[in-house]
Amino acid sequence: MSDFLATLPSLQAYLLVAAMLFCIGVWGLINSRNAVRVLMSIELMLNAVNINLMAFSSFVDGDLIRGQVFAVFVITVAAAEAAVGLAILLSLYRNRVTVDMEQFNLLRW
Amino acid sequence: MTIATTTELICFLVLSAVVVIGALGVVLLSNIVYSAFLLGGVFTAVAGLYLLLNASFVAMAQILVYVGAINVLILFAIMLVNKREDLKAIANLTTRRAVSAGVCAGLLALLVRVVVTTPWSLPGPPAVGEEATARIGEHLFTDYLLPFEVASVLLLMAMIGAIVLARRDVLATDVVTGEVADQGLIEKARTPLLMNRAE
Repeated sequence: MSDFLATLPSLQAYLLVAAMLFCIGVWGLINSRNAVRVLMSIELMLNAVNINLMAFSSFVDGDLIRGQVFAVFVITVAAAEAAVGLAILLSLYRNRVTVDMEQFNLLRW
Repeated sequence: MTIATTTELICFLVLSAVVVIGALGVVLLSNIVYSAFLLGGVFTAVAGLYLLLNASFVAMAQILVYVGAINVLILFAIMLVNKREDLKAIANLTTRRAVSAGVCAGLLALLVRVVVTTPWSLPGPPAVGEEATARIGEHLFTDYLLPFEVASVLLLMAMIGAIVLARRDVLATDVVTGEVADQGLIEKARTPLLMNRAE
């Protein structure tokens, strides 16, 4: 145990934290009934991916750090996604007067 | 163990605990305003992890974009749609949650196994450390120039799309004739159209 602690923070430790964050995000995405919380869970998952990219860029690709450039692009796309997602949520709330995910069955057959 | 590595270890453990426990709070708390503020805490802790990885530029971008923009946007959305509503009960809700928790635990076990058993090619080339910001700038304006420009187009499209989706386009006067528009139409535009489908 102390041997493992002495090697921290290693690449594996960062990857484990990211894996936990991603799985929490997936659970929240499936189980949230509030549409805003679904968007929050998506942001958690994107952050987990970013932690992975940054850890690999620092430990495996230390001289070129392409992972950091990818992380910057992921942050950009996440910002665009949050803006459009919340706009869709607002117009949906205007029409249905609820944020309950179970009531959003407009596209169901 | 030197004092530098010990400090790094303590920082890493504290930040990881904040990330994981905060994420659990975001998902599990019933009050969504608390969830939104905890989400800000998670984003800040992730920025701290980036600082531990010698990536000061991305850490600052994380703080600016996630905590400063996305989290504030989520708080605004919560305040715009925050209405206490009694959610309709769903049959077998506990079973659904347990089954999805099992699936997520399986996914976590799979990821942990991959992380532990894969022989990573460590140690890689020496890290650039504090030069990372200059190196990111070189990347963005040489080999990643096209994605950089496409990202700007994407942001413009997202901005226009968000405005088009979220605005309520009721004109007080008719654009063509300049006369006052039909008040009945305006009233109708303010009432929800799809309410009856919900029953």
